[in-house]
Parts: sequence; structure tokens; C-alpha cells
Amino acid sequence: MLKISTAPHMNSPQDTRSIMRDVVIALMPALVAAVLIFGLNALTVVLTAVAACVAFEYLTCRYLLKSTPTTGNLSAVVTGLLLAYNLPSNMPIWMILIGSFVAIVIGKMAFGGIGKNVFNPALVGRVFLFISFPVQMTSWPKPDFLNFLNTDVETGATTLGILKHIDAESSATKLVGGLENLPDYGQMFLGYTGGCLGEVSALALLIGFAYLLWRRVIGWHIPFYYISTVFLITGIMWLNGGNIQVEPITQILSGGLLLGAIFMATDYATTPMSRKGQIVFAIGCGILTVIIRRWSVYPEGVSFAILIMNAFVPLIDYFTIPRVFGTGRK
Amino acid sequence: MSNKTFHIGGIHPDKHKITTNKPIEDAGLPEIAYIPVKQHIGSPAKILVSKGDKVKVGTLLADADGIVSADVHSSVSGEVLKVEEIEGEFGYLEQMITVKVEGDEWEESIDRSPDIIKEITLSPEEIIAKIREAGIVGMGGAGYPTPIKTTIPEGKKVEYLIINGIECEPYLTADDRLMVEKAEQIIVGAKILNKVLGIQNAIIAVDENKPNAIEVLRKITRSYVGVNVQVMQTKYPQGAEKQLIEAVTGREVPSGKLPVDVGCIVQNVGTVNAIYEAVQKNKPLFERVVTVSGDAAENPSNFMVRVGTPASYLINKVHGNPAEIGKIIFGGPMMGTSAVNINAPITKLSSGILLFKDDHSFKPEETACIRCGKCVDACPVGLRPFAIASQVRDGDYHEMKQLHVLDCIECGSCAYICPARIPLLDYCKLGKYELKKSK
Ligand code: SF4
Ligand code: SF4
Repeated sequence: MLKISTAPHMNSPQDTRSIMRDVVIALMPALVAAVLIFGLNALTVVLTAVAACVAFEYLTCRYLLKSTPTTGNLSAVVTGLLLAYNLPSNMPIWMILIGSFVAIVIGKMAFGGIGKNVFNPALVGRVFLFISFPVQMTSWPKPDFLNFLNTDVETGATTLGILKHIDAESSATKLVGGLENLPDYGQMFLGYTGGCLGEVSALALLIGFAYLLWRRVIGWHIPFYYISTVFLITGIMWLNGGNIQVEPITQILSGGLLLGAIFMATDYATTPMSRKGQIVFAIGCGILTVIIRRWSVYPEGVSFAILIMNAFVPLIDYFTIPRVFGTGRK
Repeated sequence: MSNKTFHIGGIHPDKHKITTNKPIEDAGLPEIAYIPVKQHIGSPAKILVSKGDKVKVGTLLADADGIVSADVHSSVSGEVLKVEEIEGEFGYLEQMITVKVEGDEWEESIDRSPDIIKEITLSPEEIIAKIREAGIVGMGGAGYPTPIKTTIPEGKKVEYLIINGIECEPYLTADDRLMVEKAEQIIVGAKILNKVLGIQNAIIAVDENKPNAIEVLRKITRSYVGVNVQVMQTKYPQGAEKQLIEAVTGREVPSGKLPVDVGCIVQNVGTVNAIYEAVQKNKPLFERVVTVSGDAAENPSNFMVRVGTPASYLINKVHGNPAEIGKIIFGGPMMGTSAVNINAPITKLSSGILLFKDDHSFKPEETACIRCGKCVDACPVGLRPFAIASQVRDGDYHEMKQLHVLDCIECGSCAYICPARIPLLDYCKLGKYELKKSK
């Protein structure tokens, strides 16, 4: 029997599942770094979040929407990983479960599932946890290289946390120490510093970035413009003196900037469609990140910056419609 | 510096050009030829023969009905068995002239010697008349009658003649081989067109993945004034007329306008070869090069095939096992049509017959759009295919006009690239259809 079908009769080898699988692969170096730095606790947090996200998506499809579960496309795995990467490695399990529920059920499925959500689900989950459990969300286990069974409850500060206190000249400065307590570039690059478990190692995140570029999952535009914007603005502020405490390189290597710029500001569903729109989006994220870091009560602004820009995506898309061939060329 | 290409969108599908180095073989003669009277855009030709008539190779079977139509000649010699409606490649009934093949006797007027006749003695009007009498149509797939395209409308001026040797569809190598083996004929054909159009220079555009063709054409064009080779970057759909014009000249044909409005004429290399044969050799268009390939073809090859040869005859030639074949495609994998009828005949427009195994024959299941923007990046027209799809689903045809769906060239790049496997091309075609209907 001959089959008939409409053209084209070929498809690109890349499909939704292979894209998500590539993102998972690209996130693996950061997981290795997290386990080396924070011990097996990090692995527990990650596995819990991934399992919970997949389970919540499966159950929502199966019993609430009564449709074929979409978990096969692996996007829930990506959400789970990203949520976990935005948590400290000593996060209590039950809180992770709540975060996963919010991310998947409220952040994604309530909007209609993959591609229809307005906000990055992992960040929705993260911000919910941040507001609900501020203490746990800001107690950072100290890095302890190769001490896998790191059950120490000793916690330290993040680079941005230290800076915030100095900026604010708060009494807490004594608690966290001054500029001399900042990690050096090498430590920050490798990830030997306090912070969310997946955000600390710049090296691991950059390896993931290179892999995503090679596999043509994302373009370089969003990470490049996002990071450059932060670099430029903080650079100008720093040169002007006194306006900001550290030079731009530390700004880039600290906090969740690389994780956010590479993996969350590039989420397909919640970012603009056209190249032009993506650049506008990335610059917006950069500006908001600096504003929040410098002037808000929070030390870190990447999550909020991306979420705020997510809300502007329809508007950006509207103003960056590509020019149609054969119309209005100057 | 890298070679020129078009600037908006485009994709790089796997090439699968496995037959690049296979010389064109004579496919031989089928037992019965099924010759459709409509192998072009426009009205079907008027049938001149009836059952029992004896015909030769090159005998006029059907006469062009009006300007937008084309003559149809017999591709074989023998006896007309019947003139009736038969299921064609798309499964629709088409008027066909069935000829039982006896021997291979050609009309005496056709010059069958292999010598290249370089001197162009005919006047432009005589040349256009020859092209019309030979039943030549655009062989790149459009099937637009060539005499119309070579007659320049009052008040228009042609500055560029572009000979399209891009052949950007995967698998197909018919034009590629033609350029390698009939380079000089194509070059003389280009000079004939120069004369008709009243211009000095023709550009043969070939993309860089055809090094053999480029080498041969470059060598021969050295001894011809007024024909040049332009090597282009490989990108799909560079062979599309408007994209090729933009790539070569930087000019954009405005939405809804014709190439001639920006001073350009594009002709496919196969068409130009046919023009040479018609003008210099008196040979009507009744055979063409066809690539027979695909993963179910054991011995993929390029053939010189008489129009009217059933696909099944060629499938036999490449040792395709009918039991293994899941799908037969007329044309390329990006824009071609899957045939319902294994005996459907080759026409003037059939650049390839592709045989796909069963497991390559199914369309993948459509899933939810993940808003990746890849369709937007891929579209060579700068459209937003995902938005067109969602408007078509909603039945909002007013909105679709805003989305310029009528400018879609149906290249299929969007549907190829979509990771969610949304049949975007189908939505675009449906949108065009509904929009035209609603007017
Ligand atoms: S088929 Fe139409 S919409 Fe799709 S890429 Fe080609 S021109 Fe664009
Ligand atoms: S390529 Fe497919 S999934 Fe991506 S935006 Fe276009 S329609 Fe959506």
C-alpha cells in the first residue's frame, strides 16, 4: 500500500524531545560541580525536584486534564533541574515538593502546558519558595570540596549577599565580613563559593552553553546581550566610583547571572520569537538585574528580572515582527 | 569572502545527493506511454489525434489552447491506443493520450546529430515561435509556459537573465548532471535567450555543492562572451525564483509583483537546454532528466526519460522492491507530491522520483508549539508560520491577510524545521486557499 502525505517529506532531526534532552545534557556539568562542591545533598535536592516535576506533570495530564501525558518530551525534567539549581543544597525535601508543585501545576499546566506558559515555570516555583520560606532560601551551605557527606549545617554568605550588606552599611556587615571575604576570580569561576547549588560554577555553565550552541538549541544572542548589558552598566557605575562596590567581572561571575542568562532567559516559551525581540528582551533583563541588585532589598535580581521581562514578551513580540520579503525595504 | 546567498531565513537540510556522480543513463522505452495533455500551468492542450493514429517521436499530439497553454508532442513512436481520462500522479483523473510503443522512429525534422550548433541565426520573434512550437514550459517545477516568460511586456526592461542551476531540493541531481554533461548546450541556450531579451549577459547561478558542474561550466564559458557562472552558497530554498533574484542581484521582487518588475528573468537550466534543442535542433520537449533515488532505491540513478513513461518502469530500473516502498514522491522531498498511483507518468516537470521505505513514509505526530521561533528564523519570506497556523485553526481569515500568507512560497522550510512537527505548510496552504476563496 502506498502512503500519501503532504510535503515536506523530510523533517529536521531536531524535535521537542531531542531539544529537551540536549538541555538536560547541557545542565549536567553544573550538577557534577554542585556535587563536588556541596556534597551529595545537592544530588538529593536535584533528584527530588526532577522526580516531583515529572510526577506532577504526569498526574495533571492523566487525572486533571484527562489527556495523554506530555512527560515524554522531557520538558518537566528540565523544569525540575532548573528549579533545583536555584535552591540551596540544604533545602528541606517537603519544601522542594511544594516548589515543584507550584512550578509545574501553577507555572506551566494551568496555562495550558508546554509552550503556553507566560512565566518560566522553574522561576515561578523558585520565587514562590523565596517568598514563603525566606530563611531556608537564603541560608547557604559553605562550599566544601570533595566532602561528599557534607552534613555540616555551617552556612556562609554569597558574594552578592556580602556586597548588599556593605552597600547597605547594615549592622550585619560584621556578620558576613567585608570585601576581603569575597572569593577570588578563580574560586568564582570554578564555583568554590556559596550560592544556589547550580549557579556557582561558571565553568560548568559555560561548558553547557557551548554544548547548546553546538547543538543549535539556542542562539548566542540572549546570553550575550544579557551578560554584556550587566557588564556595561556595572562597569560604568564602578568607574564612576562609589556607586557600586565591585568591578563588573565579579558582578558577572556571582549570583545566578550565568545560569539565568544561559538557561532561563533562553526558555523558548517565555521569550520573544524573533532575533530582534530576543535582543530587546535580553537587554531588559540586564538592566533590571542591575537595578534590583543595586537598589532593592534583595541581593540578587536575576529571577525577578527574567520574570518581569517574561510579562513583556507579548509586547516585545508585537513590536518586533520581522519584515516580510518584498515589502517596505528602505 | 563567502559566496552570495539570500538574506532572509533559509535552512540546511541533509543533502542526500547520492546520485551526483552517476552519469545520465538512457532509460529506454516503456511498452506504453501515458502522455498527459496538461503538463503546465494554464488550459489543457487541444487533442489532435485519435485512437488508431500512428505517431512518431516528436509528432504533435495536442495543440496549445490559448496563450497560457503549451503544445504536447509524442515522446515515442507507435499507435495511439486510446485518449481518455486516467488517474494521474495526484490520483485525479487527467486527460491522457496512451501510445503503444513500436520501434523508435523520430520525425525527420529533428536534428539528432550530437554536434553543437553555436551560431544563432534566427530572429528573436522566430526564436519565440520555435520555443512555442516545441511546447517548452518551466522545467524547474512551475510549468509556466516559457514563451510568455520570454516575451517582455510593453514598458518593461530586462537587465538580468539568471539561469537557475541551484537545484536546492535534497536528493535531486537532474539539473546537476545536465550541467555537467550538456554544459555547452545550456550556454548556447543562454545566448539564445540573451538575444531574445536584448541583453548582453546571462548569469548561470550554481551552488557550491556542485563542484563538477561549476568546473565544466567555467571552462566552457571562457570561450563565450556574455555568459558567466556565479557560484552561490548552498542554502534551501535558493532555487526559488524570488530568493535567487535577491541572492544574485540584491533586488527584492515586491510582494505580489513579478521578477520582470525588477528587471529580472529566471530560467531553469533544464528549460534552457530545451530551448537550445528546440531552436538549434528542432527538437520538441518530450524527454527530460529524472533522478530516481530515495532509501528504497537499490541503485539510485539519473535517467533521460521520455515523457509519459510510467513511474513503475523507472522503479524497476533502480531495483526498487515494490513491497518495500512506502511512498513515491514526484519531485523533491521538500516540495514534491506523494503519488497515489505507481503507474503515474513522468511529465515535463518531473525532476525526480523518490522511493521511501515504509518507516520513512509517515508524517510525524503533531504536538504542541513550543514557541521556539525556529519557523520564523527559517522562513525565507519573513513570515511567522506559527501565527499563521494558529489563525487558520481559529478560522480568522481577516487576520491572515495581515500575516501575508499569500506571499508564502510553499517551500516547506517551516514545517521541516518545526521540532513540534506541526504541519505548518499545510496550514499555510489552507490559509491561502481560504483567503482567496473569501475574496
Ligand atoms: S512554506 Fe511559506 S511560511 Fe513556510 S517557510 Fe516557506 S514561505 Fe515561509
Ligand atoms: S517551529 Fe514549530 S514549535 Fe517552533 S515556534 Fe514554530 S510552530 Fe512553534
